[in-house]
Amino acid sequence: MTPPSPTRATEAPAEQVDGGARSGTGTFATRMFGIATLVTMGWLVAFGLGFSPADRDQEEAVRIMYVHVPTVWLAYLAFTVTAACSGLYLFTKKHSLGFDRFAGASAEIGVVFMALSLATGMLWGKLTWGVYWQWDARLTTTALLFVSYVGYLAVRGLGGSHDQRAKRSAIIGLLAVLEIPLVHWSVRLWRSLHQEATVLNTNGDVDMDGLMLFSLFVGVVAFTLLYVWLLLHRSRVMAMEDQLDDQGLDRAIDARRAEATS
Amino acid sequence: MNRWRIARLIAGKDLRIERRSKVLTNQVLPFAGVTMVMFAFALDASNLLERVAPGLIWLATLFSLLVLVQRSFSIEGEDGALDALRVAGVDPVAVYWGKSIALGVQLAVLEVMLLIAAVLLYGAEVPLGGVVLLLTTLVTATCGLACVGTLYGGLTAGFTGRETLLPLLVLPVVAPVLIGATRAVESALGTGGVALSEGWPWIGLLAVFAVAFGVGGALAFGPLIEEAT
Amino acid sequence: MSAGVIAMEDAGFIIGSYVLTFAVIAGFTWRVLRGGRRLADRIDDDDKYWT
Repeated sequence: MTPPSPTRATEAPAEQVDGGARSGTGTFATRMFGIATLVTMGWLVAFGLGFSPADRDQEEAVRIMYVHVPTVWLAYLAFTVTAACSGLYLFTKKHSLGFDRFAGASAEIGVVFMALSLATGMLWGKLTWGVYWQWDARLTTTALLFVSYVGYLAVRGLGGSHDQRAKRSAIIGLLAVLEIPLVHWSVRLWRSLHQEATVLNTNGDVDMDGLMLFSLFVGVVAFTLLYVWLLLHRSRVMAMEDQLDDQGLDRAIDARRAEATS
Repeated sequence: MNRWRIARLIAGKDLRIERRSKVLTNQVLPFAGVTMVMFAFALDASNLLERVAPGLIWLATLFSLLVLVQRSFSIEGEDGALDALRVAGVDPVAVYWGKSIALGVQLAVLEVMLLIAAVLLYGAEVPLGGVVLLLTTLVTATCGLACVGTLYGGLTAGFTGRETLLPLLVLPVVAPVLIGATRAVESALGTGGVALSEGWPWIGLLAVFAVAFGVGGALAFGPLIEEAT
Repeated sequence: MSAGVIAMEDAGFIIGSYVLTFAVIAGFTWRVLRGGRRLADRIDDDDKYWT
């Protein structure tokens, strides 16, 4: 637990009596999601590393799939939510900052998991293809997508008022929807010119039996729960960051007023 | 005044500023030229240089695009000209088109110069049959680059740190132009024995790109500069 | 090959990818929660829409 700051020392005990103040951004619902995430993650490890059989072609390397595919799924889910919330922010009358914070929180989660999926994908590629990286359409698009959303987060950090940030980043979030199909199309056209030697089973697709499919399903469920849990917490933290910004601004204005009148 | 006339006035204004300040001829073109020389130092083999010449032309164009976009919006930002236009109620779509046209004209000059540099320095050859494809590629790719550049330039205009942010935002977006324009120029020049007919599908990609970002940019530009104070 | 027995040369990559994944998740989660705890002390409960 963080010790209360000196200026707030007198108020801190009163807050501690109320359990909610100490638990940060948690609520009953997020705790339930957290527990469900932990349980399904445990299953994922048990099924992914233990119960599921080795693949005919890829042998044991297929086990990386059970963490890699759900990671990719989470990243793409997160970016879809970012685009949807960007649209909702722009095209609803109220221009609610709540949508903006969901978009931002989701993009942040997406960038983290996209980086992770590139890393685990490289490890998997080394085992199945013999190389860490292949210039195929899926990988290249994903890498460019990752860089685009790093840029999106940088735009969010540009400064200005919350409404300015929200509008700017919402437009960037929607432009990414325009950009992704074009990038994917061009990279696919580009790669179709090159016929390369296949190492093992190039496309990474696996002929899956029931238990493998189930393990993958567990992974997707676990990561979806994790996503919801992270999104709720992160967007609440963002709401508090915005609140503190406003408070700081109010205080600065009050200070200036006091200076002017004294 | 209709939209098209305002756009032409704004494009004329930007080009007049460039002609007087000579930033394009005295700084950007020499920069692009020195980039081409640097490429030759890095890839030290004359037959390799001829093979990769189309890609290098477009890489140099992209680097120069970043410089030109910074320039295009720093002339607006210096005395709050963009805000003045906005407050005066000038149609933002017209501002967007005007600045895109001015940027496109400068890019076209730059690309022609880079092409000449590739012929002189890298030994690239322009066959007569490929001229139509080459010109079409230059025009469509330039439209796409100008639209994207103006859009993201407007977005980052007036913020500290935009010099570093602009490349991060623009380069992933223009990746399709780099791919498409390079392949189209390769087949126009017949680099590495690529047939002429293989270039035309890429023109389709470049055209879709230009239209998508032309329309998207025109829609997004108004709300973007509205609050860039 | 029976389930659970992992070929030696691949084990590092497979275990590594699991360790990497869960380490990153744990690290990110910890950062989010710590940020929440830290800020929650400085904000009135009335301003937290989720309480």
